[in-house]
Amino acid sequence: MNKEQDYIRDLAEIRSMMERSSRFLSLSGWAGIMAGIYALVGAYVAHTFYHFDPANIQQHGKGLPADLEPVVTLATVILVLSVGTAAFLSYRRSLKRKESFWNGTSRRMVNAMAVPLVAGGLLCLVVLSAGPIAWLVPLTLLFYGLSLHSAGNYTFREVQHLGLIQIGLGLLSAWQVEYSLLLWATGFGLMHIVYGIYLYVKYERAA
Amino acid sequence: MINEGFHKAFESRIRLGIMSALSVNEALDFTALKEYLDVTDGNLASHLKALEKEDFIAVEKSFVGRKPNTKYLITGAGRKAFAHHLTALEQLIRAQK
Repeated sequence: MNKEQDYIRDLAEIRSMMERSSRFLSLSGWAGIMAGIYALVGAYVAHTFYHFDPANIQQHGKGLPADLEPVVTLATVILVLSVGTAAFLSYRRSLKRKESFWNGTSRRMVNAMAVPLVAGGLLCLVVLSAGPIAWLVPLTLLFYGLSLHSAGNYTFREVQHLGLIQIGLGLLSAWQVEYSLLLWATGFGLMHIVYGIYLYVKYERAA
Repeated sequence: MINEGFHKAFESRIRLGIMSALSVNEALDFTALKEYLDVTDGNLASHLKALEKEDFIAVEKSFVGRKPNTKYLITGAGRKAFAHHLTALEQLIRAQK
């Protein structure tokens, strides 16, 4: 009878259950890397081909200026692609880890993210129709940062730090409007890639 | 060797799993526990009953709309017994090294 092995396994299972039931650990670092790449490409296209410059928007009366329509479409495509990729990659990882993808923990994480995201999203829609359009850059960074910060309670702690960085960049971009597209690309592009690589190296490569 | 920290209720892996999950969560419903433990309804229900009988967990029944929703939470006594069990496990492992 190998009792000692049993005790060690009991303890390991207790620890794993505590972790699994309080944190969603199937979040894939690749989701961050891919979202960062989409955002960098998007910011480049907006800047080079659509000549998007938040500091210099000609807004005549209410409503979205016609020349900004492709930029808004582009931003929407990036958003959908990023969320889709994150969900797909995390789903694949949860299969590998034999953890259910839609469980109590991931539900709580999504709920925590949804509150600031929905509030911010609605505000962005108001800004889209009533202006000032330039505010979309700091607002998206700020509310996304807030949602990451609260999601960090239910997944890897690092997500919380990434949230704080996005909040900081958002505030900075509200102040320094001429650099706001660059700051947006830093937050949604570069920082996603940096944190994605970090999460991948720390939690996925070894496993 | 009989250790007084060990409780009979924790001899089952599933019951140990239930206590672990409840010890780090305010409350969990039946579905959430089932997903974490990967067991059948009947199996989970019988283990929950046993823990409830020991007063280690409490049951909170409510309605979400018209659907009944049962939440489980750890009691003070349950938390204490679980902590004792963990200490006993650690001691046993250390003693045998």
